Amino acid sequence: MALEYDLLNENVKKCQYAVRGELYLRASELQKEGKKIIFTNVGNPHALGQKPLTFPRQVVALCQAPFLLDDPNVGMIFPADAIARAKHYLSLTSGGLGAYSDSRGLPGVRKEVAEFIQRRDGYPSDPELIFLTDGASKGVMQILNCVIRGEGDGILVPVPQYPLYSATISLLGGSLVPYYLDESENWGLDVNNLRQSVAQARSQGISVRAMVIINPGNPTGQCLSEANLKEILRFCYNEKLVLLGDEVYQQNIYQDERPFISSKKVLMDMGSPFSKEVQLVSFHTVSKGYWGECGQRGGYFEMTNIPPRVVEEIYKVASIALSPNVSAQIFMGLMVSPPKPGDISYDQFARESKGILESLRRRAKIMTDGFNSCKNVVCNFTEGAMYSFPQIRLPPGALQAAKQAGKVPDVFYCLKLLEATGISTVPGSGFGQKEGVFHLRTTILPAEEEMPEIMDSFKKFNDEFMTQYDNGFGYSRM
Amino acid sequence: MRRFVIGQAKNIVDQTRRRLQPHHHHHHNNLRLLSLLRTPASDSTPRLFSSSSDMSASDSTSSSLPVSLDSINPKVLKCEYAVRGEIVSIAQRLQDDLKTNKDAYPFDEIIYCNIGNPQSLGQQPITFFREVLALCSHTALLDESATHGLFSSDSIDRAWKILDQIPGKATGAYSHSQGIKGLRDAIAAGIEARDGFPADPNDIFMTDGASPGVHMMMQLLISSEKDGILCPIPQYPLYSASIALHGGSLVPYYLDEASGWGLEISELKKQLEDAKSKGITVRALAVINPGNPTGQVLSEENQRDVVDFCKKEGLVLLADEVYQENVYVPDKKFHSFKKVARSMGYGEKDISLVSFQSISKGYYGECGKRGGYMEVTGFTSDVREQIYKVASVNLCSNISGQILASLVMSPPKPGDDSYDSYIAEKEGILSSLASRAKTLEEALNKLEGVTCNRAEGAMYLFPCINLPQKAIAAAEAAKTAPDAFYCKRLLNATGIVVVPGSGFRQVPGTWHFRCTILPQEDKIPAIVNRLTEFHKSFMDEFRD
Repeated sequence: MALEYDLLNENVKKCQYAVRGELYLRASELQKEGKKIIFTNVGNPHALGQKPLTFPRQVVALCQAPFLLDDPNVGMIFPADAIARAKHYLSLTSGGLGAYSDSRGLPGVRKEVAEFIQRRDGYPSDPELIFLTDGASKGVMQILNCVIRGEGDGILVPVPQYPLYSATISLLGGSLVPYYLDESENWGLDVNNLRQSVAQARSQGISVRAMVIINPGNPTGQCLSEANLKEILRFCYNEKLVLLGDEVYQQNIYQDERPFISSKKVLMDMGSPFSKEVQLVSFHTVSKGYWGECGQRGGYFEMTNIPPRVVEEIYKVASIALSPNVSAQIFMGLMVSPPKPGDISYDQFARESKGILESLRRRAKIMTDGFNSCKNVVCNFTEGAMYSFPQIRLPPGALQAAKQAGKVPDVFYCLKLLEATGISTVPGSGFGQKEGVFHLRTTILPAEEEMPEIMDSFKKFNDEFMTQYDNGFGYSRM
Repeated sequence: MRRFVIGQAKNIVDQTRRRLQPHHHHHHNNLRLLSLLRTPASDSTPRLFSSSSDMSASDSTSSSLPVSLDSINPKVLKCEYAVRGEIVSIAQRLQDDLKTNKDAYPFDEIIYCNIGNPQSLGQQPITFFREVLALCSHTALLDESATHGLFSSDSIDRAWKILDQIPGKATGAYSHSQGIKGLRDAIAAGIEARDGFPADPNDIFMTDGASPGVHMMMQLLISSEKDGILCPIPQYPLYSASIALHGGSLVPYYLDEASGWGLEISELKKQLEDAKSKGITVRALAVINPGNPTGQVLSEENQRDVVDFCKKEGLVLLADEVYQENVYVPDKKFHSFKKVARSMGYGEKDISLVSFQSISKGYYGECGKRGGYMEVTGFTSDVREQIYKVASVNLCSNISGQILASLVMSPPKPGDDSYDSYIAEKEGILSSLASRAKTLEEALNKLEGVTCNRAEGAMYLFPCINLPQKAIAAAEAAKTAPDAFYCKRLLNATGIVVVPGSGFRQVPGTWHFRCTILPQEDKIPAIVNRLTEFHKSFMDEFRD
């Protein structure tokens, strides 16, 4: 056998990605055996019944089969604005969906993205500094690959975090420098924590190069305030860190106190010297928001204050992969320039979008309240994104049982939950958490009409579990 | 036994030493590493090496920034990809300028012959495939009665079949990280029909094009520059770039131009020994069949020798077979390495083999959709779990590409509604490609000092230009590789964009360029004329 496990790249072996790890694999097994599984392990709205928006699907269908546009009856099946838009996007390509585009993405679409950013933030955006990618994840990997030279390079990552970051840092042979979010302060970020983390890393000889923020947070859902963002940007300025702003959930906001504000806007608002010197890469996607088009694999990143020669190098690496998939580029174009009032498809589009967002907002509340009504469970409100991240206070008896089963406590709990109810979650250990404090991540995506039943099912399992293992000697808690 | 134990101990020590090696940020070390492993006479050499001195001038404030040219990952700086390199940038600038400055140029348009991107040059997609994709994109179409007038009945059936294989018919959802099971079943069935040997859907990993699959394997195989991958020279520079990005060593094996780019086992052996003597452990052998840029189709006998070689030397065989449907000569036929290995009686325990396929080439040419897969056989389950894990970090490849891959591997069959038109489209494209390959090859062979092997397969011609000394001297004076010098002159005189051979590597002292056979047939005569005229004047200028 040529490729022995022992000879594999160590970085590959070290990397973990719990979102499709043990729990998911076990859930898939059970599903094959005929058990009804509710997959709440990944932010995958369409898999849980959310319908795609009609307009973009109409446009892309026409782009897939341009011969339809020549048919005299096409106007009977497709609205005129979808037809016009399909023609528009096809004209931006150099041969339709089947031709490689510019490695950075179609210039016409990147221009639309720049215009969107400008409208959103009030500051100009340069299409040359916007690269489209096969999903935001690919963009994150490209940028981290640029920054990480070896294990001497540290990347500040929030704990809990979306494990794309830890997995990619592992794969690239870098070092993850954790900064802990404060659960008791709604998963807030304390700059003092940041300073401590950096100091500790430096004392170990690690050169801290970048800081990741996920805003709104995943798995934690918190929306950063403008003041918080200013602090972070100032911190990056002082410590000479490039800020990686994962903003893929910017459309998913479920409270009104802290609307989404982009890192770029805050940076520009701060003026010189910050706006001219702090390096920032911002990420967005078509997978989340109210679009939920995960399967398209469409994303972009925008670079701010990155030197031109470095932009060239990033372009060079992008060119090795030839180009991002063109259908998703069109989805991205449509997302950043959706139907406007007056357009034929506007009413339907607005109705569909609003419907999804309002339902998500309701579901965020249903789930938070549902978890909080359970024994030994405490759950911060999902301010944004798509997840609920309740803290599960496991009694010593449960910890003991987990140990005997050879499982990390939250994995043990989640496996039992899965087997009892079919609810497939991701244990908090997959995202990182404080020592001795346990969580699980679920999505708020199951259909609204099924939610009460799901929460009842969870409560029943949880309360029985807690009673079973409760020996009154104190609990795991923060 | 004792020698084995010592060997094992040494491995562990080496691995530990590698892991604990202090990281050298210092720029000088990076340059030294670069000079050891760089391509000779590469087009972008001047830019890279000048960057270290230019840097202080143009990036004067950047050295204090966290992300600057002197602080980014040196592997990024090192890797190159000429297919979209310098010549293409020049071409794009010319193209922009042409819009407003038509009279300044002896040509009306830029013709991109640098990249295997058929649909950008007018090749039409296969109607049936796009019908299915459109229906899957907007499933509401299937409920409309008007649809039945617009779409073929078998495309409607196939769309329903595919949607039934997708949970909830949700084409916008992330799928299984290896790709939708039902589609993998179709691909496995297609592989079996092609080879006559069974294929397991669980061995299939669907990717956004074949390239990400190659990257995944390089990531798995390469732990340090002590890990080597045998690559054909000339090669498609995804391999050299990927190896550089993952910090490994490219171990070249030279294809023999004189014998139609033949692959000699003796050459493989020689290069393997050479690498060993330099302390490099060769982990895999990459074979591109049909070849890129060279176009040769390996004989079955040759393939058997390659399989035996890999088995004997314990190498993973990386079989890039993306051009499997592009064979233009009656005396050659594509045989997959899997078929060859299985026909030799070799099974899962005998040879580790990764076969790559893509939807970008063939007669379908769906580059922009980004679809492909790798079939991974002969690995233990713990290794396969690692492959799965790496695939899962990116969640899944794009669904539309997955659907296309399944269509490519299970196209319309005789009796299907679309079969006749499908076959007509397919054969039309393939016969046209064969004819263009021949026409261009003949034209190139007529040029003074140029010899061109026939394109048995793939999408390229890779002529050898015997450059006169004067031309080489002029190139050196312009600080450009001689073949790049020729290609730039060609571009400026004719608007035709080709890729210098140095982008693919070649026997030192020989010069080539890669030109695709993809411009539409009606453009070929003009291309031939312009190329011929240019070459004559070039030789007139530089003839010794």
